[in-house]
Amino acid sequence: MIPDSPNKPAGWLLWRTRWRWYELAFWAAAASSFFIFPSKLMLISEIFILGLLAVSIDLTLGFAGLVTLGQGAFFGVGAYAAGLMAKYGAGTAPFSDPLLGLLVAGSVAGALGFVTSFLVLRGSDLTRLMVTLGVALIVEEIVTQAKDITGGSDGLQGVMSSPVLGVWSFDLYGRTAFWYALIVTFVCFWFCRRLVNSSFGLSLLAIKGNPLRARTIGMPVNTRLVAIYTIAATISGISGGLLTQTTQFASPDMVAFHRSADALLILVFGGSGFLYGGLIGAVVFRVMQDFIGNITPQYWLFWVGLVLVLLVLFVRGGIIGMLMALRERFSRKGEGS
Amino acid sequence: MLTILFDGVAYGMLLFVLAVGLCITLGLMNFINLAHGAFAMAGGYLTVVMMNRMGISFYWCLPAAFLFSAVLGVVLERVLYRRLYDKTHLDQVLFSIGLIFMAMAAVDYAMGASPQIVKLPPSLSGRVEILGAQVGIYHLFVIVICGLLTIGLQFVIAKTRFGSRLRASVDDGRVARGLGVNVTGIFALTFAVGSGLAGLGGALGAPILSMDPSFPLKYMIFFLIVISIGGTTTITGPFFASILLGVADVGGKYFVPEIGGFIIYTIMVAVLIFRPQGLFTRSAAR
Repeated sequence: MIPDSPNKPAGWLLWRTRWRWYELAFWAAAASSFFIFPSKLMLISEIFILGLLAVSIDLTLGFAGLVTLGQGAFFGVGAYAAGLMAKYGAGTAPFSDPLLGLLVAGSVAGALGFVTSFLVLRGSDLTRLMVTLGVALIVEEIVTQAKDITGGSDGLQGVMSSPVLGVWSFDLYGRTAFWYALIVTFVCFWFCRRLVNSSFGLSLLAIKGNPLRARTIGMPVNTRLVAIYTIAATISGISGGLLTQTTQFASPDMVAFHRSADALLILVFGGSGFLYGGLIGAVVFRVMQDFIGNITPQYWLFWVGLVLVLLVLFVRGGIIGMLMALRERFSRKGEGS
Repeated sequence: MLTILFDGVAYGMLLFVLAVGLCITLGLMNFINLAHGAFAMAGGYLTVVMMNRMGISFYWCLPAAFLFSAVLGVVLERVLYRRLYDKTHLDQVLFSIGLIFMAMAAVDYAMGASPQIVKLPPSLSGRVEILGAQVGIYHLFVIVICGLLTIGLQFVIAKTRFGSRLRASVDDGRVARGLGVNVTGIFALTFAVGSGLAGLGGALGAPILSMDPSFPLKYMIFFLIVISIGGTTTITGPFFASILLGVADVGGKYFVPEIGGFIIYTIMVAVLIFRPQGLFTRSAAR
């Protein structure tokens, strides 16, 4: 797997954290899409946001091995937190500031994640799935019931964020939204990348591999899991806040079950455990949705389902997994000749 | 008051018939089949088609729904589900969510997105008075049918040879296999019966619950709650869990409509916190 890494642990750790040329190429491509598809900026911003949500799931699923069906809860909480900040703080600059909104969105979602993380520690995969799903459903129920605050099923209208850093206001074409989403996504991604390559991230991998052994060599397993779950919830909240701010709207759709399912699909599609899987999956998913949605908008769900089924049956590790398998095959051929 | 209790019990019994197949297959193969509701939907929509488009009597729809879903279950089990038994829980969940999505879109395509209404035959509509409470005849009918089914299931599982094989397989599949029990065969049969019961439940529920394409997703959470409260090792556990859930849901929606939706979720989360192994499970959980 690691062809020419130095044998010393420190060298290996550095080798892991090095920025590769294809990573730089990926982000360069992301930024240059502004000039290549100037008419699709809103779509691309949404891809970044979905990607960020998928990356946050990757933290819990791909690195810590916690199965979750309820990441949509944190996404939705973040979305509404940012929306409410922008709506009721409208006009008065400090409250409707988008960055402050993101901060609040992240903290609220993180707090919810921290509280619910203790439920996730218990039991098997099945219990986890049900608890996370249950939390997501409760949040959805609250959002649709609390009409006075959230606008119920009509959604939260009149979300107007003040200009980013007081300079760039959100325009109709999504130019500001694009750069704003790209930069926030990149910063969060960079944070996640540092995190999973740190000793903390390595300990998560150990816990995923074998919780019992990790505990016997003295790792505080539960503390680590609580920490990563909270961090992932925070990032989901930030991505939710981003969506509200860039679309200037929050609806119960953002909390709905299919959010969680979509995000999980995106991650599995791209390949979990690589961080980039979420981003690549989001690109493919959203482009596919746009394409199929134009042909049969109503039955898009069918194709999502079909892709999920085929993916589980035939493809291991998603797109990145396929690419890696291809590379391995080629390099082996090279050695053989 | 008594009427609500009665409605709750009827609703709970219906839930039990819908969910029991899932409980058994989950306990038997440790397979998370979230798409169980899709089989119920198949039965429900078959009833809709048979009654509203072909004019066949409601009583014939019930066995037809059972058979249809059972056959559907067996075919899917042999063709698709079989490949997933040794995969991770995450794969199983994704797979069954994929099936739910496909089923929802397919039904939407075939029948439209609006809820379908089934008109009860005259012999089942109306109300009677029992113990001073007004009770819908149909609810009574549901309780009787589901009660008979429960007794029948309990009898099969507790008294017959097939039942003891089934229990052995649930308790410890490997040892049962070692003793010559055909666990795979038992599983296929159980899956078929479970799907069939779900289809029957869907048919029975068609007049009470609303039949629309989002049915599998809407009731998925109910099934999961039944399992998490009742456990998967017996069928009495899920039975009591279903009744509790039915009464709590109906009662909650009647007395405190504003927060009615929360009650069941709160019960689930509370049970999972305090009794992660389920309320009614035996102490020696696997």
